[in-house]
Amino acid sequence: MNTAAMPGGDRSILARSPLARLPDRALKYGLTVLAGLILALIVYFFVRLVGQARPAFAHAGVFGFTFNNDWNVSGEKFGALPLVVGTLITSGLALLIGVPIAVATALYANELCPLRLRAALTVLVELLAAVPSVVYGLWGIFFLAPKLQPVEQWLADRLSFIPFIGGGSVTIPNYFVAGLILAIMILPIVSAISREVMATVPADHKEAALGLGATRWEMIRTAVLPYCRAGIVGGAMLGLGRAIGETIAVTIVIGDAPGLGKHLFGQGYSLAAVIANEFGEAQGLHRSALFAAGLVLFVLTLLVNGIARVLVSRASHPSKTPSAPQAAIGPGPVAGAVAGA
Amino acid sequence: MSAPSPPSGQFARFAVSPARRRKDKLARAAITACTVIALIPLVLVVYYLLSKGLGSWSWSFLSTDPTGNTFFKASSIGGIKSAILGTVEIVALASAIAIPIGIGVAVWLVEYGRASGFAKVVRFFVDVLTGVPSIVFGLFIYIVLIVGTGSSYAGYKGSLALALLMLPVVIRSAEVILLLIPDALRESALALGAPRWRVIFSIVLPTALPGMVTGVLLAIARAAGETAPLLFTAAATDKTNLNLGQFMNSLPVQIYKDVTSPTTAVVNRAWGAALTLVAMILLLNLIARLISRRSRLA
Repeated sequence: MNTAAMPGGDRSILARSPLARLPDRALKYGLTVLAGLILALIVYFFVRLVGQARPAFAHAGVFGFTFNNDWNVSGEKFGALPLVVGTLITSGLALLIGVPIAVATALYANELCPLRLRAALTVLVELLAAVPSVVYGLWGIFFLAPKLQPVEQWLADRLSFIPFIGGGSVTIPNYFVAGLILAIMILPIVSAISREVMATVPADHKEAALGLGATRWEMIRTAVLPYCRAGIVGGAMLGLGRAIGETIAVTIVIGDAPGLGKHLFGQGYSLAAVIANEFGEAQGLHRSALFAAGLVLFVLTLLVNGIARVLVSRASHPSKTPSAPQAAIGPGPVAGAVAGA
Repeated sequence: MSAPSPPSGQFARFAVSPARRRKDKLARAAITACTVIALIPLVLVVYYLLSKGLGSWSWSFLSTDPTGNTFFKASSIGGIKSAILGTVEIVALASAIAIPIGIGVAVWLVEYGRASGFAKVVRFFVDVLTGVPSIVFGLFIYIVLIVGTGSSYAGYKGSLALALLMLPVVIRSAEVILLLIPDALRESALALGAPRWRVIFSIVLPTALPGMVTGVLLAIARAAGETAPLLFTAAATDKTNLNLGQFMNSLPVQIYKDVTSPTTAVVNRAWGAALTLVAMILLLNLIARLISRRSRLA
């Protein structure tokens, strides 16, 4: 296209003048800069967050800050272990309770539900995601926690032989209620991803299972679940990411006690909750410690979400895994799913 | 399938054994039960919101500011006017920032970036943004706009925090819709001599509009319910304040403040505010669903 060099050449009739090409170029480079801006923004924020957190890390060391079991604001001691443990307990509980229920909901919607009900069921589960965090907190502390207290006390008394679960007196805000609220909050996302992944199971596999005489449940167990394993694990990890970062609902129902809780039904604290609760009046080293807690939280969610994204994207494009196409009923799809993971 | 064997006995040897049939029934019952359990919290939350929240709804509740007076009787604590107006204003500004940028990035990803290495990096970072906890966005804005400038809380800073939260949702949903537009449409416009920018503005964006509106409304609905990013950016105040450069109240922050109060009347105000907030968010969701049903693409 060196027609620009030959004025009057036959291509010049078709070529646009440089002025007419200007908006095109402007749009292209403008949008490219915009996209690049997002990258720059995240990197910039990360650097600034590290800068703000540095005094706290310098005070106790990165390792000491994360794993010292002592969060004492008036004593200027900032060891975040009670917070990290609180975050892990509550989000672990959320997975334990939320994921089986979410997967069952997805199975019901995809495999058992009458077609007419499917859309309505999907909408209802998604509505759970429309309720704001603070409203879950309000409902949790004024309805769920008081109603659950007798049940929890009964459990704590019966199960007192298990360390950490039983033995103490049950407080109204506690780890368990926080985990339960988180389970409700991660249900929509885990269920939505599971449903998406289940929709990718080839009908051939399911029909083959049924044709060989499998019952509906056997079909689910041998054809659907093994094929979706990586995707469901990925969905659960995305839910875990949400649960770790969830702030306000947890702050309201976890009790905000700065020590490590003695048992499952006792008060505790979490990384996100400590920031929401203490940031307003924090000064100096305390404030820096809260930034450091935010940084730990940020890195934790990055790791969990990164792994989840890889798992989900591999599971939703099973054709990329070499063993999936020729996979049949039995070990075939299992191998496909495992290779996908 | 656990169909009972025909009476003729001819197919009896193909029938499912009772043990397997029992297991099938049990598993199906368990799955169905779990689905019912999943919906119980929704019913309970909605029931309690209505039963507690409707009681505090009244004209004066919606049209007066909270007084900050939390120790006396219900009539003196005021309503939630400043919180409603603050939420509307903060979310409106956040949308005005996040929607054009988000759609711009999505257009770049689909029309220019495609499968290039840079586009992959951008997609990865957008996913990173999706996973960042909302309170961390609040910290980011706090560091940059409050520590960085030495100024205090302001409504527009809250908007920026919410805009960061909305960005990945807008980008991802818009990208999905833009990818659905058939390439034939773009190619015919290009073949007719339209420059790239005309193709984008006159063909691609109008076609994608209904689908994109759905994703945008869902992003707005998500931002409207967020408390954590507003706590240290827009703060809380009692008075109605229409100036985005000053402290600004919002519904989620108002609820969060009221939850911890020992006074029943204040807690009831939190229920009323929660009902208002959920009603606003559900309305947005409903509109989004109606539009997406009308859209030819999604």
